Amino acid sequence: MSGGVRGALAKARYYVREFSGEAAYDRYVAHARSHDPDAEVMTRRAFERARTDARESDPRGGFRCC
Amino acid sequence: MTPKSIAVWVLVALVGAAGWTVLALSRGEEVSAAWMLAAALGSYAIGYRFYARFIAHRVLKVDKTRATPAERLDNGVDFHPTDRRVLFGHHFAAVAGAGPLVGPVLAAQMGYLPGTIWIVAGVIFAGAVQDMVTLFFSTRRDGRSLGQMARDEIGPVGGAAALVAVFAIMIILLAVLALVIVNALAHSPWGVFSIGMTIPIALFMGFYLRVLRPGRVTEVSVIGVVLLLLAIVAGGWVAESSLASTFTLEKETLIIWMVAYGFVASVLPVWMLLAPRDYLSTFMKIGTIAMLALGVVIAMPTLRMPSVTEFASRGDGPVFAGSMFPFVFITIACGALSGFHALVSSGTTPKMIQKETQVRVIGYGSMLTESFVAVMAMICATIIEPGLFFAVNSPAGVVGTTVQSASQAVADFGFAVSPEYLAQAAKDVEESSLLSRTGGAPTFALGMSEIFSAVVGGAGMKAFWYHFAIMFEALFILTTLDAGTRVGRFMLQDTLGNVHKSFKDVSWKPGVWLASALVVGAWGYFLWVGVKDPLGGINQLFPLFGIANQLLAAVALAVCTTLLVKSGRLKWAWVTGVPLAWDVAVTLTASYQKIFSDDVKVGFFAQRDKYREGIEAGQVLKPAKNMDEMHTIVTNATVDGVLSALFALLILVVLLDALRTCVKAVRNPASATLSEVPWTESKIVAPAGLIATREERAELAAAGLESGGGRVKEPVA
Repeated sequence: MSGGVRGALAKARYYVREFSGEAAYDRYVAHARSHDPDAEVMTRRAFERARTDARESDPRGGFRCC
Repeated sequence: MTPKSIAVWVLVALVGAAGWTVLALSRGEEVSAAWMLAAALGSYAIGYRFYARFIAHRVLKVDKTRATPAERLDNGVDFHPTDRRVLFGHHFAAVAGAGPLVGPVLAAQMGYLPGTIWIVAGVIFAGAVQDMVTLFFSTRRDGRSLGQMARDEIGPVGGAAALVAVFAIMIILLAVLALVIVNALAHSPWGVFSIGMTIPIALFMGFYLRVLRPGRVTEVSVIGVVLLLLAIVAGGWVAESSLASTFTLEKETLIIWMVAYGFVASVLPVWMLLAPRDYLSTFMKIGTIAMLALGVVIAMPTLRMPSVTEFASRGDGPVFAGSMFPFVFITIACGALSGFHALVSSGTTPKMIQKETQVRVIGYGSMLTESFVAVMAMICATIIEPGLFFAVNSPAGVVGTTVQSASQAVADFGFAVSPEYLAQAAKDVEESSLLSRTGGAPTFALGMSEIFSAVVGGAGMKAFWYHFAIMFEALFILTTLDAGTRVGRFMLQDTLGNVHKSFKDVSWKPGVWLASALVVGAWGYFLWVGVKDPLGGINQLFPLFGIANQLLAAVALAVCTTLLVKSGRLKWAWVTGVPLAWDVAVTLTASYQKIFSDDVKVGFFAQRDKYREGIEAGQVLKPAKNMDEMHTIVTNATVDGVLSALFALLILVVLLDALRTCVKAVRNPASATLSEVPWTESKIVAPAGLIATREERAELAAAGLESGGGRVKEPVA
């Protein structure tokens, strides 16, 4: 594969991950570690659960318009 | 500006002007949809380049050195600076739903021109301005909601009125959207089967994300979309099999299913249905809209509807009653000016925006894109045979139940369509009948199947594309029913919490169930009314929805105008003040006519009087078929009339309270307090627009950052 194609694929992957929210866990870990490299972080499973359940208590965040 | 860019913009202006000229001057001959695209896209480009830029830099004075809430409060979860191109997608997906697909279709009864002019001019001068300015002010206030801003900046009375408005609109919106789905699915085994299948598909996706592979959204969405396409194909088999009668449902049965679904879905955990449905509908939405744009450009269909029909001036159209002013501006809310967007612009987005300078692309740009979706819906509605359009969109009381009676009724409107043509159109998309399938979705689906089948598959694929379009619209309407019921419930719990403390606890199950039941009951009532109304549900309810939505826009624009005045920008207050004045004129005129008009087609109380007199005289008046229906009309007209009056009252309250605050601020500028967060220096470098300019690229390179921008790395001490 040429470098250009690989670069484009990496970019596409980046956008899909960011847009779908798949990158949220990595971001959370990076954020926690940026303050304290040994910070305890949730597992991915626990993190995704907490993220979905947060919508339970305040549903306004994910609201979509008409 | 360089000579080269002047030449480019002159050319853009000429393309747009040519589009408008052809659209406006065509009389009788058929016009290519290409001209509509040229008019819209040319105008958007000019609006974005000049007007939005003027608002950002001169009026709002966006400050790229000022840190946004996402930067200051970054917690990696709700607050985090997000790549503007990703946020643009998020914001667009959050604001655009079924609304821009419904309004333009209904407004097409007046011809393609009035609706298109309003969609394009409305978005440039009102809708996109509202979204952008609300986003800006909310960003300066750590992402405060519209309701909070109304309370903080206007006053407690205006704030309370805004909250009541939001709740009332939510109920009417959910009822109208549910009605659209009921009308599209009644007697359609294909549709009912495929949309029913979305529930097990969503449950499977939810289980996958919760238990099997947490967080793998992309792969599960791909699986979901494949299953969804399979469900559409399978729907065709079911419709031809012995199972067809099982999935052929009456409207009344569908209402019960919808209400039950709305209740169960809203009390189930988010991960089971709502979250996976959301992923599915977002992927479908973006994918289908992109495909539709491509399809329109490749197929370049011809507009068959006249540019302006006689209903525009006579005001007696079968789809909705009332003349062009104010009712076109009420019917098309989403796509031109939608108050609902202010809730998104003052919710999630301001907590994720990297730079203040990006409010232009995120707020204004996303709204222009939604407007473009509305233009495509207008194209879908006007490329089908006008006779077919009216047969599909008129209430059953007008067109009757046979293709012969429909052909006759449509001929009375001045459009010729043969009974055979109507029968064939239904057969092409494998529906038993297309008559009186009001609500916009079936018309949109007919237009879309026409465009798609011209590009892929030919006439043999028409039925597939029709049901694909219905599925696409039903999918996000069902998601909205669930999410909207939850938001309504949340607001209700908050209010009931003042009466009984336990309600404040949003996880207290009895409170959740009761509040959910109340919200579902409220929209379920209007849905029932909409289906049973002899005068036609969409005909009666859609104007109410439009008035409610424009009322919310008035709240948002009043908050924006007040803030401009309070922050010492009186000379620029017209930027939101003029759209506000227009919106108030439209909404109050429409409310006035809905309340006081003597025309029984328009005025709710005139309707009430006419049918009550009929009851007293013991007469059954058309289109009612018996005394029960006479009573139904009287009750519905009273409820709708009272609601119109309530909306008008709310708008006046907000407006007067805002005016009071503005006058006070102008008389004594020192007294004006703003709850703006103080300036903090931004350490983020990021381009303002989707594509970085030459200077922005240099800045990024100097900071060692990629095109997405980011925090400047602190030198290690």
